[in-house]
Order: sequence, then structure tokens, then C-alpha cells
Amino acid sequence: MLYAILCYDSEEVVGSWSPDQETATMARLAAVQQTLAEKGKLGPVARLLPTTAATTVRKGAKPLVLDGPFAETKEQLLGFYVVDCASLEEAIGVARDLGKASSSEGAYEIRPIAVFNPGSRLA
Amino acid sequence: MTDIAWIDAALTSARPQAIGALLRYFHDLDAAEEAYQEACLRALKNWPRNGPPRDVVAWLIFVGRNVAIDAVRRRGRQQHLKELSDEDALSDVGDVEEDLAERLDGADYRDDILRLLFVCCHPELPATQQIALALRVVCGLSVLQISRAFLVTESAMEQRITRAKARIAAANVPFEAPGAREREERLEAVAAVIYLMFNEGYSATGEHVAARAPLCDEAVRLARLLLRLFPGEPEVLGLTALLLVQHARAAARVAPDGSIVLLEEQDRTQWNRTLILEGLALIEKALRHQRPGPYQMQAAIASMHARAARIEDTDWAEIDRLYSVLENLQPSPVVTLNRAVAASKVHGAEAALAMVEPLAPHLSSYFYFFGVKGSLLMQLGRDAEARTAFRRAIALAATVQEAAHIRMHLDRLLKDGTTGDIQGSK
Repeated sequence: MLYAILCYDSEEVVGSWSPDQETATMARLAAVQQTLAEKGKLGPVARLLPTTAATTVRKGAKPLVLDGPFAETKEQLLGFYVVDCASLEEAIGVARDLGKASSSEGAYEIRPIAVFNPGSRLA
Repeated sequence: MTDIAWIDAALTSARPQAIGALLRYFHDLDAAEEAYQEACLRALKNWPRNGPPRDVVAWLIFVGRNVAIDAVRRRGRQQHLKELSDEDALSDVGDVEEDLAERLDGADYRDDILRLLFVCCHPELPATQQIALALRVVCGLSVLQISRAFLVTESAMEQRITRAKARIAAANVPFEAPGAREREERLEAVAAVIYLMFNEGYSATGEHVAARAPLCDEAVRLARLLLRLFPGEPEVLGLTALLLVQHARAAARVAPDGSIVLLEEQDRTQWNRTLILEGLALIEKALRHQRPGPYQMQAAIASMHARAARIEDTDWAEIDRLYSVLENLQPSPVVTLNRAVAASKVHGAEAALAMVEPLAPHLSSYFYFFGVKGSLLMQLGRDAEARTAFRRAIALAATVQEAAHIRMHLDRLLKDGTTGDIQGSK
């Protein structure tokens, strides 16, 4: 089963990390990703630009274009992983590992994927 | 896990909002700062043990306010301290916090931060005091850090900040929610100070680069904060984009010896791509609003440079066009001077010189005016006049680096006749 692991965290707190903290956190996360990649379980990984760079298009007869993220929340969607896991348990394990590697208080939302099209290689 | 590093980042990011709200309670900057400090001390004691609260900002405001109220009470009538302190109770009972959080999600939270920023950027204060106060109160930099950035002693900076606070206390900033018009005015004043703060750091050369770097970092942080409060304000988008794109070049702008590296000589692989991408995304969003303003135009110009992988790829015609829009929005001899540099690349030195010469009465003591003029004269082969202009520039240089920069430029022109962009380092 493919799962999307969505990282939610306070953009303001993450944005207040010192450069050293940022680098150290990213290095620890990279180590977790490396382990998954070696097992062939890691799909695309994305870190998103801040929500201030977001634009929201509201569906409707006259689509409405709005500045900012879709939802005003205390914790923002900062990035996501696509992983291949045998069970939800395993996916939870991956999220736990990522959580240990991270240095903040946010949350990972695990969403089983219905349709996955890897698309072209973009980067 | 609640490690101290996380708590540190959480307190830093909560600071403007918490102090903004406490300022609304106490109507006094010192009282708000003290209450926030006290709340932070308690957080450092309490959170590693009990875990962080669900809403960091609400917790700090609640605790900070109670600490201050208790202190007043104790001074009033010697009350005994409660056995169970408020913050312990808070971690168990979320109701109060919930209540506060609800209320803080409203627009008054935005007005709190804007008021705090505006108080620090009060138009009655001189610019350096505005910047110093914002760095101290909103960003939480130490007086020592700020004094280093401004190249003064710690005690001189301490006095400067104290004086600024005294003036603000006397200025009577209104505490009721601002009207739309007043909000607009405050936003403008705050944006101007953030821009100045960035420039203070950005214009540093030589041995001051390291000491002044925090000014750029903090200005970017404040711009992002302002943008979170006003996500659809084109000029705030423009200001943030401008700072991000300029900030992205920091590593490439200054040589190891502290001298300025011209735009055309910068190693573009050293530019921070992530910051540039963010800046480009923001300016693109801003321009969609079709409400152009000076910050947006400057950001658009900066982003034209950022888009060019090599100096030869620079779209000077577009930059010239953007400067003409900026000229209309905000006519100034300095803008025209900058436009002339872009125009020289498109229409040649002759045309550019015709734009520059009428500016002489306004810019007779402006270092860059003579630098640009000298460069254009040199391109036209009018060497004697060029040398005169360059000598004026060197005489007006504010720093050793500026003077050296012109000399280098002069030497290079004399040596192989290639022209450089005097404005490149701007």
C-alpha cells in the first residue's frame, strides 16, 4: 500500500530555527529517508515553500483566487513523503522515525493513497 | 520531545504576538516586556517537565498577564503565593487557554502585532531609534547584539533604547482597534522601517559585515511576519520578495577581504536558490493584484537579476521598463540614476548620460552619481572628464571599500576598456 505522510508543523516555529538547527534537523531526516530509499520504499519527497507563497483557488461557478493557504491553522502543511509500506503499522513506524529525527512538536498525517502516478522526473 | 532548542524557537516565534497582546493589557512597553520575560522563564522551567502547551502564545500571554497582576497585588497587600502555580494548572485545565486561543484567532491578534510594530516604528522617533527598538522589543535581540550592529557601545545603545521608550510613552499611541485608514498608515510606517533595517545590514562593508548581518536576518523575519498578517497586501508581498531576493545574494556580494563584489562578477552559483524561488513566487503573486507600488517594482527589478543565470542573460530592456514605472510611482533622482544604468545597456551610454546630467544639482554629494557618470563618460571615450568624475566619487566615498571599488573600476577601464556597472553592488 502507498501512503502519503504529510508533515504539519508551525511555520513560525520552524522559521525561527537557527541555521545550525535547520541543517542538523535536515541531516537527521535525510538519514531516515536514506534507510527507506535503500529498501525501495521511498517515493517523492517535497518540502513546500512557506504558506505566504500559497495561492488558493476556491471551486465554484466563478472560481475565486485567494492569497494564502487553504486553511488558517496553527500548524501548516510544510511538506510530504510518499512511501510504500506493507501496513498502516509500518507507515506509523516510518512517521515515528521521522518524528524522532525532527526537532519540533508538529504532527504527521498518514493518508493511504488511492491513485498514484509518479509522473515525469521533474528535478 | 520538548528539547530546549525547540522551546527556544517557539519562544522566539511567539514573541511579537505575546508582547503585542501584553502591551494591549498594560499599555506600557516595559511592563509588557517584563511580563513576557517572566512567562518565558516559567516556560523554560515548566515545559521540559510537563510538555509544551497546545497553544504556546496563549499560554505565554495568560501566564505573563497573571504574573504581572500578582505582582501588583502583592505590592498592594501582601498576599500569599498559591501552592499550585498558574502554569501547572494550565497544563491540566485547557479551558482558559481554549478561550484565549479562540479570541486570539480574531483580527485583534493582527492588530496587536501591528500596534507593537508601529509603536516601535513610531514616526516621532529618528530612524535609528525605530530600528533599534524594533530589534530589541519585537525580535528580542540583546542590547549588546544591537550595539554591535550599530557600531556603538552597549551603554550608548541602552540609553538610545531608553530614550526611545520614553518618547513613545509620551506620544500616547491609541490602544483601541485602529480604523482601516489608520491600519494602512501603520502598515506603511512599519514596512518603511523593515526596509531601512534591511538596508542598514545590506550596506555594510569590510569588517562590519558580520556584525550587521543580523539586521538583514531580522528584517526578513519581520517582513515574513507582516506578510503572514497581511497575505493579500501587494506592497507587503513586494517588500518581502525584495528582501528575500537581495538576501539571497549575501554570500556572493562580499569578498573574503570585505570588499564589494559587483553584480556582474558575483558567483551566481553562490546565490541561495530557495530564497530566490520564494521571492519570485511572492512578486508573481503581488503583480497579479495589478496595484503596483514602489516595493513591488524594486522587487520585480531585483527578480530580473535573480532570473538571469549569467550576467549576459540579463533582460535590461525589461529592467529599464520597470524603472520607468518606479520613476512614475516615486519620482527621485536616485531612481532615475539607476534607470540610466539599465538604459545604457539598452540604448547606449550617450542616451544614458543625457538622463544622468540633469541630475547633477540634486546629487552633487552622491557617491554613486559620480561613479555612474564616470563610467558612462569612459564608455564614450571622454577619459579626462571621466577621471574628474571618478575623483569626485572617491572624495565622496563613505567607506574605504567604496573608494577602492572605484579605483579598481578606474584601473580596469584604463587597462582593457571593458565597462563595469558601478551600481552592481547596490
